Parts: sequence; C-alpha cells; structure tokens
Amino acid sequence: MNIRRNGQSDLVFNIEWQGGQTGAQIDLPDYLARGGYQALRRALATDPAQVVQTVKDAGLRGRGGAAFPTGLKMEHVRDNLELERYVICNADEGEPGTFKDRFVMTHLPFQLLEGMTLAAYAVGANRGIIYIRYEYPEAQASIRHSIAAAVEAGLLGDNILGSEFSFHLEIFSGAGSYLCGEETALLSSIEGKKGRPRLKPPYPTQSGLWGKPTLINNVETLANLPAIIGRGAVWYRSLGTADSPGTKLISLSGDVNNRGLFEVPFGVSFREIIESCGGGIKNGRKLKAVNIGGASGVVVPPHELDCRLEYGACAKREITIGSGAVFVLDDTRSILDNVRNRAAFFLHESCGKCTPCREGLRQVNRIIGALCGGAGTASDLAKLERYTRTMQQAAFCGLGQAAGNTLISSLAYFRSEYEAACRDVQPAAKKEGTA
Amino acid sequence: MEQVAMKINGAAVSAPQGSTILEAARQLGVKIPSLCHHPDQRVKANCRVCVVEVEGSRNLMPACSTRVAPGMEIRTNTARVRETVQTILELILSNHPQDCPNCIRNGNCELRQLAADYGMREYKADIEPVALPIDTSTLSLVRDPNKCIKCGRCAEVCHHVQETGILYSHFRSTDIGVAPEYGKQLSEVNCVLCGQCVLVCPTGALHEKDDIPAVWAAIDNHEKHVVVQVAPAVRVSIAEEFGQAPGTIATDKLVSALRFAGFDRVFDTDFTADLTILEEGHELLRRLQTGGTLPMLTSCSPGWIKFMEHNYPDLLPHLSTCKSPQQMFGALAKTYYAQLSGIAPEDIFVVSIMPCTAKKFESARPEMADSGYRDVDAVLTTRELGRLLRQAGVDFNKLPPGEFDAPLGVSTGAAALFGATGGVMEAALRTVYEVVVQEELTEVNFTEVRGMAGIKEATVDLNGLPVKVAVAHGLAHARRLMDDVRAGQADYAFVEVMCCPGGCIGGGGQPYGTGTASREARIAATYAVDAAMPLRKSHHNPAVQQLYQDFLGQPLGEKSHHLLHTAYCDRS
Repeated sequence: MNIRRNGQSDLVFNIEWQGGQTGAQIDLPDYLARGGYQALRRALATDPAQVVQTVKDAGLRGRGGAAFPTGLKMEHVRDNLELERYVICNADEGEPGTFKDRFVMTHLPFQLLEGMTLAAYAVGANRGIIYIRYEYPEAQASIRHSIAAAVEAGLLGDNILGSEFSFHLEIFSGAGSYLCGEETALLSSIEGKKGRPRLKPPYPTQSGLWGKPTLINNVETLANLPAIIGRGAVWYRSLGTADSPGTKLISLSGDVNNRGLFEVPFGVSFREIIESCGGGIKNGRKLKAVNIGGASGVVVPPHELDCRLEYGACAKREITIGSGAVFVLDDTRSILDNVRNRAAFFLHESCGKCTPCREGLRQVNRIIGALCGGAGTASDLAKLERYTRTMQQAAFCGLGQAAGNTLISSLAYFRSEYEAACRDVQPAAKKEGTA
Repeated sequence: MEQVAMKINGAAVSAPQGSTILEAARQLGVKIPSLCHHPDQRVKANCRVCVVEVEGSRNLMPACSTRVAPGMEIRTNTARVRETVQTILELILSNHPQDCPNCIRNGNCELRQLAADYGMREYKADIEPVALPIDTSTLSLVRDPNKCIKCGRCAEVCHHVQETGILYSHFRSTDIGVAPEYGKQLSEVNCVLCGQCVLVCPTGALHEKDDIPAVWAAIDNHEKHVVVQVAPAVRVSIAEEFGQAPGTIATDKLVSALRFAGFDRVFDTDFTADLTILEEGHELLRRLQTGGTLPMLTSCSPGWIKFMEHNYPDLLPHLSTCKSPQQMFGALAKTYYAQLSGIAPEDIFVVSIMPCTAKKFESARPEMADSGYRDVDAVLTTRELGRLLRQAGVDFNKLPPGEFDAPLGVSTGAAALFGATGGVMEAALRTVYEVVVQEELTEVNFTEVRGMAGIKEATVDLNGLPVKVAVAHGLAHARRLMDDVRAGQADYAFVEVMCCPGGCIGGGGQPYGTGTASREARIAATYAVDAAMPLRKSHHNPAVQQLYQDFLGQPLGEKSHHLLHTAYCDRS
C-alpha cells in the first residue's frame, strides 16, 4: 500500500509492487491515456528556461543518492557556451537492495523517456544515453522497445511533436561494475575507458561525455519530471515536506512481511515504512536493525526509526537516504554477517584507484574475517574505526567515501556484537547490546 | 598573475590564482607529503597522502588537486590530518615488501622517506604477503610489481610524454596493477627501454638492471684491461648523486673518481661524438649530393632507434647508418686502441657510463660486434655509477681534479653538446658548414636549435643552398615529426631526434629527481662546458684527425664502413 498524506489521491509514480507480483507494463497507448506526454507538449510550447525554473521551484533533488538539486544541475548545463550537450540517464542501479530503477524501466518506461526528453529540452541537448547495467536484460529490452515506439509516434527523434526540437536517445549497456554508477566513471565507461572516477572539477555539467556539457541523472529523478512539468511545482510541493518535496521510491526488503517497491511522500518515518508498507516483521519476530540506503548506507537500531524520511532530518542523525533501499534485519540476524557481506561486496567492486578505498577495504575484510573466525582482538576494532574514518575522509570518490558507512554505524550501535567476537574481551566486560 | 589571499595554518598568505594547495603550500615553505603527484605531470590524486583540512569542507581535501580560493582556510598539521596521512601510509606499507635494505631504492625511496618522516616504525596493519613475478625480461629495465604503490606516474610518462603506451593500469580493486598489456613482459611489447618510467617511480617497482657486479668482476680481474668511456650528459649530472645541485659540472672530479675506482684508462665518449659528427656530416653531404633518402635522421639514441624499428620500419632508410658514439667507441677500443696499446682485444673490457637505460640494450645488439668481439662489455647508468663510486669509497666532492687519458679522451665543445636536445644538430652544422662553405664559421652558436621546445626548426644557408633542419626530443614529439615524414610533408634535410625529454641529460639513467627544472639546469651546464672548451668544432679534434690519418683513412671510408656504421631491423 502507498502511504498517502494530506488527502492526496495520487503521487508521482502511483506504483506498488510486492515480491512475486509482476504487474503489466504501461505501454504507450496506456501511458498516453493516463495523460502521458502532456507535460512534454506543454513544455515545447514554452521557453526551456521555464522548464528549468519549474524544476527548481519544485525543489527536486537527485534520487540516485547524492541528492543534488536537479534544477541547479540543469541550469549549469544550460548556461554553457558549448552547444553540443548530452543528457545521460544513470540506470546502472548497482546498490545492493535497490530495485526501483529496474521497476520504472520495465513498468513505466515512457515516464522515463518523457522525463529524459523534458530534461533534454530544458538543457538544450539533442542526444541522450541511458546507461543500463548489464544485469538488467529485461530493462534493456523494455527501454529498447519503448524507444522504438516513441520514435514511431514522433515522441523521440527529429522534430518531436512537430516542433523544432530533436532528441535522439540510445541505450548503453554497462559491463558489470558497481563503480560505473559513479557519474564520472560512467562517462569513462561510455567513452570506452576504464570505469574509474575522474577528478572533479570539472564537473560533468561543464565537461562531461566526450568533454561536452552533460546532465547526468538517476532514473527516478528523470521520471519525476513529467509530473513536475505537467502538474506544476505547487502541486509537486504539496507532496512531501518543505525540506524535501515530492515522493521517494523505497526498495523494501529483508525480514518484513511485504517486500517490494513502494512510493512514499517524504516526511513519513522509517517505522511507518516498515509497518505500513512492509506489514511488520516476518514470522512475528522482533526487529533488530535496519540497513538504510543500501550497502553504502547505515545500519541503525529500532530506536532510530522514528526519524523521518527527509534529507535534513536524516542528515542530522547521519542516516543516509541514498537510493532509498530499506533492508530489515530481525533478531535472528548477525550484524557482523551483514557487515562482512557488505565489506566483501565493496572490496570486489572497488576500482582500486585510490589508496584509502583499495587498501582500506583489504584490511577491513581481513579484520572482519578474523572477527568472524574468532581471532579478532579489541585493537582490531580501533583499527576498523580508523581505516573506515580514513576511507570516509580521504577516498577519491563518493562511493569510496561511503563504502564504510555500514561498518562505522554498526560499530557505533552494535559494538557489543563486535566485542563478543573478540577473543581478548572478557565475557564479564561484555556489555548488553543496545539493540 | 593575480594573487589569492588565504590562510595556511593560521598565517595569512597569498598564492597565484589557479595554483593548487600543494603548489601554494610548497612555495610558502609548508611541506605537504605526496606520492602520486609529480610536478611535470597531470594531477592523478590517487594516493591521497596530501590530504589537508579546508574550512567548510566535511571531508579532507587532496592538496594536489584542490585549487586555492580567496579566503580559503587550510590546515595541514592537525590531529585529523596526521592520523589520516599515517593511516594511508600504513595501508600502503601493509601491502609492500618489508625489505628496504634489500631494495635498490634504499636511500632514495619516496615511500620510505615518508614512512621515516611520519614515524612509521610499527606497522599496525596486517602485512599482506606479496609475491608477484618480477619482470627481468629485458637487458635494461626491471619491473617489480610487488613494490608498486599504484601511483600511476610511470603510466603517465609512458602514455603522455613518450606516447609509447607500454605500461597500463589494469584490473580493479586489490588486483590493480601497472604492467604491459595482457600480462606480457616488457620484452614482449614495443617498449623502447627509455627508462623514463624509472625516473618517475617513487619506489623500487621500476629500476635499471644493475650491472655493477659485472664491472667489479672485470676491475678485480687483473687479466683484464678495463677502459671506461663517459657520455657527455653524465658530467653535468653525476654530482647530483653526491648531493650537489642540478647543473653542477663535475668532469674533472668524475675522471678522478673513475681512476680511484680502478679503471685502467678513463676515456671520453665525447671523442667518438666528434668522430660521429665527421661520419654523419659526410653522410648527410653525400645524401644531399647524390639524391639519397632525406631527411636523414640521427641515430645516436638507442631508444629512438628501437622506437623507429617498432613503429616506423618503412622509414628506416632515413636513419643515418652511423653507430652511436658509445658503439663507435667500443669498436675502436678493441681495434685502434688495442693496436696502439699493444693489448689484445680479448683482454680489453669496455665499460660505458651512460645517462641511459636503452644503452644497455644497444650494447648487446648482435650488430655491435664489429671489432670481432662484443664492442662494449658493460653499461652503467649515472645512478649505477653513483652506487659503484660509493661502494668504492669515493668521497666525490673532495676529489682532486683529473684529466681524461689520450687519445680516446680528447674532445671538442661540439661533442659536449650531444647531451642536450639540439646538440648533435648544432655540432653537425658547425662542421658541415665549414666543409661545404670552405671558410671559418665565426658564430658557432646555433641558438634556434637550443631549448626545451618539443620540435625546433632552423634553416642554414650553405653557400646559397638553404638546408632546413628540425630537432625533436621526447617520443611524442618525434612521432609528430615522423608522421609528417611518412606523409611526405617534411621538407627537412636533417632531423635530430633524442628519445628522452631534454635529450640525454634527461635520460632514463640519470639521477632520481630528474624533471623539467633539473633538465634545464643540466642543459645550461652543457652549453657552459662547450663554451669553455678551446676547440669547439669536431673536425678540429686533433685526436680524431690523427685517427683518420693513422687508421681510418677518410670519413665513410672502407674501415669506417666496417667499424662505425650499422644497419637496422624491422621489429614491427
């Protein structure tokens, strides 16, 4: 079920998808029947700068994890002297526990295509690329067919809807690297180079794909645009909170009764998400911890769950909304196992470019391996904290900086589990867990 | 340039707009550690040891890639910065062999120096044993991936300065490494063995093949008459091995040091550099007069020759057939000098002191045995000579001056120029002019071909015949010129190419720390050496005149053809 507030009858996506179900795709006739492409039609009749202004007014922020104001990004691309520009959709959804972009691409492809076309019109780009991860063949097929249908219907390609505006869109398949979800690594990947992050500045908005100004946004971000442009910033701001307008797609998984994808307005609490959307903890067990924001997010105990889903409120409590993944652990789960899984994932996916991420993760994995094998010591915990701090403080890219989030938060909230795994910490000294 | 006002560690300072925090801090005497940073290279920001605090920034910022901004408050010495830098060093060292005394870089390793500076006496990290195979496949270079800290400096120089593209950063995560394509060895790819990668490596991951033991063995063998030749570029760089500033001229101390070390005769490659000018100058004239292949390309630089053999085999007829001065010396040492001294050539052991790693490869080419023996037996780089002299107990800076032995130690200022880019061209023009015009050249300095510009051009009037020449150094620039030659768009008569930036004074065998600044200092010193010589034209060298009179006959004669000229092979 969707959590609706303030009497709102509809949201941005109006989707709900629970494990096991495979709802039908909204094809082009369906999408048009629901008012699809009205926003594009309206935008084409106005100045592109007006589109950017509406996105700024709506307060949309990037949904891929970094939450950068989308309108501002658009303005940076738009204000370039260089006229060859690109719009890129980051559909390299690699964050463990996240499956929102896949769903949008397989079920609401035209909402994404319309959003990209709106973005292209706003920033003055004539070419676009959807970078879809290799592991999503269904999404690639769906987008491929949808692009063809949109071109056929005059909604993509030359002179869209009879206007002067042309926009050509193609798919680029990733090759399996998590790191290529980092926007500059993604650009390098498209250019045929190694998928490693580039120095910023220059930002992609100045020097992106092939050195040209480039707007890169997540699937969910771009798919928000038809609603914002079609229904206006005021309507959009009626969803969510003043700090964080709109809605968020939540990928809910783990030990809850209803696992699936839910759209919620900003401002609901994580507890509400778990109870209302998730239908509570499976098998009547007790909630132990929630991993918010994916593998690069934080692990928090139940008492933190009253925190509202809102950028400001979460930042204050060092909770990362990230991609919107919420992974629930019941009281049978081991925190250390969870952290070991995350650390192994990041060690495998690190691009290896910078020392803190590459060597930090190597050491972190050794130490967690030792802890899980009963060979850890109290001094290992201090090292874990120091290595993770160094990764956060000094890694080259955002992914490296976030790779230790699960670890550092779990060490803060569930230290007793780590201590219990240390051979040199006496049982008498082992404190009660906070969870 | 506009100045930006800011604060570093609380002190109000200013730095030129556009400079990085690292540049600004170093200018102001604030030391910030670095490993992947190199002043001549693009910013990589891989190693992260240069992180500093910038007020208002949540994370630490890399000083190498962050530009100064007005009002910026930078702190380089806080507990947070120190802990992070020490942790990063600890992380690097945890994956690095713990055998500094066994390492060729013991004493000048940048990583070891930082470890010492930051008090890294106790490795708190678990040591990850590394045992990757060491590439010893070439005669010039050794690549030890176990000591690689993945800074990327070698790949940068290989791709962007030399454009040879041999060393790649490959794989990801902890598998990351820098190596030739598909796990091949250096001998299996088109590496020209220039050693520019060695010059920029902060650790012992890339180094020259150490030939010091072979030289000691020859010196210690009293049956052997060991003669040594010293390249022009070494006299302006060897002092750096003993703490002197780049650009220090140490010719006389160098001679004494070599005698001290036990060489029986101390000769000079400058002697055969003068000889090269006579042979190559006449070859140029013959090509001009008989419609030979033009432009003629110089052939002194073995990395450049190997580059041509790999990449431009169709242009090999353009290369001068002259051997390099090193190899001319070897061929004469075991023929002419053997005759003069009455020592059997098989008892003569020829050692070269070269600024170059590719010279090791050149000396072992099968063509280089025209004396009937291997012409040059061992090649030491400037760095190896520094080590050999330290082993010999030489207190270099306190040595009395010495003089080269005759006759293979007699030279002119023209020969000294060989060390700098444009030098061979200038030396050749001094001789060719007088041979063709038949009157004295009074202005001997051809300044158009001097300096660090990548490609230089000049036109010289030879009795009404305008001769257009060009000079390139660094293989990226050489490639530009060769593409023009291949496309028939180069109307030069003569082109000088040196493999390394700045010429041999910037060679891959030169002391660590070689960069644009030290290259410029050594070039200035090279011109000072030339200017101070009583004779400045190769054809005025009396020992060379004597050599032609007593032994060779004439330039391009029968004996020259046999001993001093060679052929090249297609390695594509």
